[in-house]
Amino acid sequence: MSATLSAPAAATPRLDAALQTLAAWLLGVVWIAPLVYAAWAAFNPSEYTTRFTLVAPLTLANFAAAWESAPFARYFLNTFLLVTMILAAQFVLCTLAAFAFARSRFPGSSLLFGLVLVQLMVMPDILLVENYATMRRLGLVDTILAIGLPYMASAFGIFLLRQAFMQVPKELEEAARVEGCGTLGILLRVYVPLARPTYLAYGLTSVSFHWNNFLWPLVITNSVETRPLTVGLSVFASTDQGIDWAIISAATLMTSAPLLVGFLLFQRQFVQSFMRAGIR
Amino acid sequence: MSRTTLHAWLLLTPALVLLVAFTHYPAVATFWHSLFSTPRASRPARWVGLDNYEALLDDPVFWQAFWNNAIYAGATIPLSIGIALAMALWVNGRIAGRGLLRMAYFTPTVLPMIAVANLWLFFFTPDYGLLDQITSALFGWGPTNWIGQTETALGAMIAVAVWKEAGFFMIFYLAALQAVPPSLYEAAAIEGASRWTVFRRVTLPLLGPTTLFILVNAVINAFRLVDHIIVMTRGGPNNATQLLLTYIYEVGFRFWDTAMAAALTLILLVILAAAAGLQFFVLGKRTYYR
Repeated sequence: MSATLSAPAAATPRLDAALQTLAAWLLGVVWIAPLVYAAWAAFNPSEYTTRFTLVAPLTLANFAAAWESAPFARYFLNTFLLVTMILAAQFVLCTLAAFAFARSRFPGSSLLFGLVLVQLMVMPDILLVENYATMRRLGLVDTILAIGLPYMASAFGIFLLRQAFMQVPKELEEAARVEGCGTLGILLRVYVPLARPTYLAYGLTSVSFHWNNFLWPLVITNSVETRPLTVGLSVFASTDQGIDWAIISAATLMTSAPLLVGFLLFQRQFVQSFMRAGIR
Repeated sequence: MSRTTLHAWLLLTPALVLLVAFTHYPAVATFWHSLFSTPRASRPARWVGLDNYEALLDDPVFWQAFWNNAIYAGATIPLSIGIALAMALWVNGRIAGRGLLRMAYFTPTVLPMIAVANLWLFFFTPDYGLLDQITSALFGWGPTNWIGQTETALGAMIAVAVWKEAGFFMIFYLAALQAVPPSLYEAAAIEGASRWTVFRRVTLPLLGPTTLFILVNAVINAFRLVDHIIVMTRGGPNNATQLLLTYIYEVGFRFWDTAMAAALTLILLVILAAAAGLQFFVLGKRTYYR
């Protein structure tokens, strides 16, 4: 890819621009091809799965077949509960902790913040074995709570919100204090509203991460009542279907659809949120 | 203890309890449990010292997973960062169909890795998968079992990871490119600098902090992002796509050898810690901070 960027300036600018556009589009086609191919398979009868003709009839039968052959409604509900629970807990826990780190200096506060940041590198995904043992001692194996628990205190969320809170002018806090606000009142009336874009950014990244998360849920769940969509889809694709690609593609698109549609509708917010969550 | 200190601790306690329970405690317990044998129904765990580590060093599958992971990291990190930079430069400039391109590049980011795995399983299917259809139409190749033969399986997994990650990293480069002051480019234009010189001397140095941030993410993902491997190949064929985390999963949750899995996890933690140290102390000093 970088070859086109390093093209010598001696080449005529117009040719250079045309080559760059061509390369960019080629890459774009490669990037979208697997998804388009799956969409083709999902929306056409299975005899057209690998035959590309314009006369192939469109159908939703594959989606209906996928929906009937596995408890996807339950999986959707599980994922919805999981994502909501994690997001609510993260907002509360990270807000409180970030406020403490942003606004008070106390003995050992920077050491403590350093200990929090350890989680950025040592994510719960890697500590599967010990966390599974902990969940077993707590009697939480195969519960939705156990899927979410390791992620609720998020170093990433504490870090992001602390950055946002530190940019709130001290004068606003003092004014609120003069008006008779307590510490929690100041947090809820001054800091949280001013950090709204950060909450949106963090919320979108968190929802898409946990909607898509797989390995820990795979380890900790083993029943239909707790499995999130990702694990349900993998069980469905590996055991139930053999190799009917039309139906597997339909199921795959179906499970990705909420995020995909959300992304297409709110592209700008998504992209800006991911940017905001990454910078600073 | 002063009032503010007390308040701070009250605010921090809920988050700290969970962080300690699910990050710090398991990290320490991993080390402790790796020094014992795996408890079985008939006999409880007993102290074995470094025996588990010695067994790992004698385990050819461990070494294969180790070197596979090295190749996987060595390929996915530069490829995804390089492609992300090219994508960002393209969609930042005046290019036809910019909005569509940006969408095409970014879409894999919002898909679950499991969905991605299914899409690519289909894409790689011998004979009637899209890849084989293209290679047979263009080069006349016969059916290739891309993920079922040891020569191509790891490469196929690398391709999937790069496809999934590059669009995500592109976003950060795009943000950084849009923050470059136009006056710098104007100054370079007055000096008569070529486009390549401008890129190398102006744009690239300003992207330093962004590259460091992306690099940290890419390194973590090189060890963490294995969902597609578990679904597509289960580490096979013949351990050709076995990585450290997939091996931890296999040893810990298929063989239920928790002591061995603990020793493996500790090795992975040490690698991540070393990578973190290297990035912050070596690369961190060389990047340009405002």
